[in-house]
Amino acid sequence: MRRIGIDVGGTNTDAVLLADGKVVQGVKTATTADVTGGIVAAFEALKAVSDFGSGIDALMIGTTHFINAVVQRRNLTKVAAIRVALPATAALPPFTGWPVDLAKLANGGVWQIEGGHDYDGRRFMPLDIAAARAIARQIRERGLKYVVVTAMFSPLDASDEATIASILREEIPGVSVTCSHLLGGIGLLERENAAILNASLIALAEEAIRGFEHAKSRIGLSAPLFVTQNDGTVAEASRAAAFPVYSFASGPTNSMRGAAYLSGIEEAIVVDVGGTTADFGHLRLGFPREANAVVHVGGVRTLFRMPDLISIGLGGGSRVDLTSNTIGPGSVGYRLTEQALVFGGDTLTMTDVGVAAGLIDLGDRRRVANLRAGDVSSILHRAKEMIEENVDRVKADAGDVTLIAVGGGAFLVPENLQGVACIKRVEHGGCANAVGAAIAQVSGEVDQVFQGSTRSEAIATARKLADGRAIEAGAGPETLIMVEAEDTPIAYLPGNAMRVRVKVVGDIKSRTPAEALPG
Amino acid sequence: MRQLSSDDIEALAVGAWILGTGGGGSPYHALLNLRRLYEDGSRVNLIDIDELHDDDAVAVVSVMGAPLVILERMVDSRLIARAVSAMEEHLGRKFKAVMAIEIGGGNGMQPLLAAAHLGIPVVDADAMGRAYPEAQMTSFAVGDLSPCPLTSIDPRGNEVVISKSATWKWMERVSRKVCTEFGSLAATCKAPRTGAEVKKWGIPRTTTKAINLGHAVNEANRRHADPIAAILKAESGQRLFTGKVVEVERRTTEGFLRGRTVIEGLGDDRAARIEIDFQNEWVVVWREGRPVVSTPDLICVLDSESGEAIGTETIRYGQRTTVIALPAAQVFLTPRGLEHVGPRAFGYDIDFNSVFPS
Repeated sequence: MRRIGIDVGGTNTDAVLLADGKVVQGVKTATTADVTGGIVAAFEALKAVSDFGSGIDALMIGTTHFINAVVQRRNLTKVAAIRVALPATAALPPFTGWPVDLAKLANGGVWQIEGGHDYDGRRFMPLDIAAARAIARQIRERGLKYVVVTAMFSPLDASDEATIASILREEIPGVSVTCSHLLGGIGLLERENAAILNASLIALAEEAIRGFEHAKSRIGLSAPLFVTQNDGTVAEASRAAAFPVYSFASGPTNSMRGAAYLSGIEEAIVVDVGGTTADFGHLRLGFPREANAVVHVGGVRTLFRMPDLISIGLGGGSRVDLTSNTIGPGSVGYRLTEQALVFGGDTLTMTDVGVAAGLIDLGDRRRVANLRAGDVSSILHRAKEMIEENVDRVKADAGDVTLIAVGGGAFLVPENLQGVACIKRVEHGGCANAVGAAIAQVSGEVDQVFQGSTRSEAIATARKLADGRAIEAGAGPETLIMVEAEDTPIAYLPGNAMRVRVKVVGDIKSRTPAEALPG
Repeated sequence: MRQLSSDDIEALAVGAWILGTGGGGSPYHALLNLRRLYEDGSRVNLIDIDELHDDDAVAVVSVMGAPLVILERMVDSRLIARAVSAMEEHLGRKFKAVMAIEIGGGNGMQPLLAAAHLGIPVVDADAMGRAYPEAQMTSFAVGDLSPCPLTSIDPRGNEVVISKSATWKWMERVSRKVCTEFGSLAATCKAPRTGAEVKKWGIPRTTTKAINLGHAVNEANRRHADPIAAILKAESGQRLFTGKVVEVERRTTEGFLRGRTVIEGLGDDRAARIEIDFQNEWVVVWREGRPVVSTPDLICVLDSESGEAIGTETIRYGQRTTVIALPAAQVFLTPRGLEHVGPRAFGYDIDFNSVFPS
């Protein structure tokens, strides 16, 4: 079983080759403006130093492309937003609370109609089918192709969203519909926001994935393409294109998954120190703990499953100010090799401090020889305090933890930290993100309401459905395990109604030797 | 009478959340709604209680409901305005002004939403000076004013008038039942008050207090100064403890969110710890087994860095917090006031000792 994991970051594109569970080789290349070029370059660099043997079984790509589009306000498509909650919620229509510039790019029109459900599963208002059909025609006339449907309490009962989606598909040829219940839980405005961001990114995601496919064929791979997700699993390319927001946080997630894999530790805090930031997260059962609160993306409040991360301005490229004894948040970023002192530049960075202290050997040591030992140690002490404080912030409870330090700037993490029992450093830790992509598994999820069965029967049925979905997505049936099972009783509905959420994950199915041949 | 600016309503949202003492519901939706009304040209005027004539009729508004339902159904400003109009229809007379039952949390902003539609001013007063979970925990109940009538409104055209109730507790029970049937969310107009009643029993200048708190926090954050010092200065509060959350325990019983959190000291408070009990709002702070602050004194748990209030529903391990106390309204410091909102009203067999010298 050979896989290639590629992580396309803002600065670097990392690639690793994984064979039978071992990292064979890892490379780092610069990210390019066009997605394809950087991936091809990373692949070529990897190929130059490794033996692909009998071929590659799967290619997994992680990218920060979609979240960057939102943050940088580019490549967004206009979206038609339909809200199904009248006569409630009218005072706060879709796009309420959005930054003006972003709303201008994404708002293709809003419509509100009667329908939706109550918290106990009862209908809130009858669904206004006639209005839905009339709106579908207006959307068609306006030439809008991306539509979002948000119904009140759809996470409990998604039927109104499904009905309207099928009306839209009947009336608008080639329409792309994002239903909000697929993107978040209770919290109508935040769930709708996530759905709108998703819809406005689909065109970009489709283009990016065509780029990935193109890169794949240029390098002569026939292996299936997967895209990594916020939860540490992968989705087939076509599904990933329909849900770009699920790739938003895949970069840090991949690092954490990679850290777990490389260290063999499944319960720990992970710190990924890069060029500009250090990301702190909490591993549970080898997966990042998810945030259960509102997450702001590009100034928009959203509520969907993202890893619970803390990001601070501490990295190898962080600028250092000796007079105030402060680090960052500014960084020289990808200009490290021009601007840092040890590389002949004139900016004092954390890399220079690390070299002066003998933590790492990079560039020309002599260029930092005149830094005073007292200054170096007080800056490193400051870095230590920043790391200690944030390790503590991501903990779920008191007690000492294991800390896994990965990323190119991991040398900044000292050996003794308060609240940390032991620190693990791993080989290939600099490419933990690409490793995380390469090892990613496939998941299957079910979230639905069951009536008239016992709790264990309902979970068993949901499990079977989830297994089916995972196998369909490319998982090997014998590798499936259940990683989440949650049931919530729903009052006022007859027959012991409960909402059951089950998630299974499994390894990507091995391809036969014939399938795995290159080209 | 003064007109509230856009900055004032932003500040009100921040300050009302602080005065929510951990509960009261987030003012976020109300703020979004009010921003939209302001963008469309509406403006809200604030009047002092002294500007009321004794026989003026004043509407008292609030939203009742479950936080979960509010997240999904939100609250429409026209609904709260409708609760007031329905009361006018029931009484056969017009209101001169509208006021909040509780300044703490989202309900602190509801009168502004109603006022924007109805074109009447908001009275700078409320009946709690903070947030409390039940109808009898108000200065009006302490004053033994009539608990009825009450209008309760659902957006689907269902409107209920509770014309009589024997006691405040009965009003709480019956109106809660109506609210549940509406899907656990209702806009309500509580028992109307006369100008004289508001002057005698209302807690004055609480809207201004919330706005001042919000301005203090926003201004300190703009200047990168300490927002908590600004809060304490703005409302003569007391800093109790600074530390990080090390334990949170929650359970829902009888419709209340109850629980306790433990905060371990940092800085000057290193090596010490406090525990805070909550019932929707923060109720008692314990240190070494002894109560150090309790209701009706306001217990506010704030983010040490931003000064933003932290709610009992969202507090979690690792948060850096500063706990402060703000003085309670005078009306609750009397024996009768304490019967309604003192520690015993929340099931604690302890005496109330204010941290503020009387």
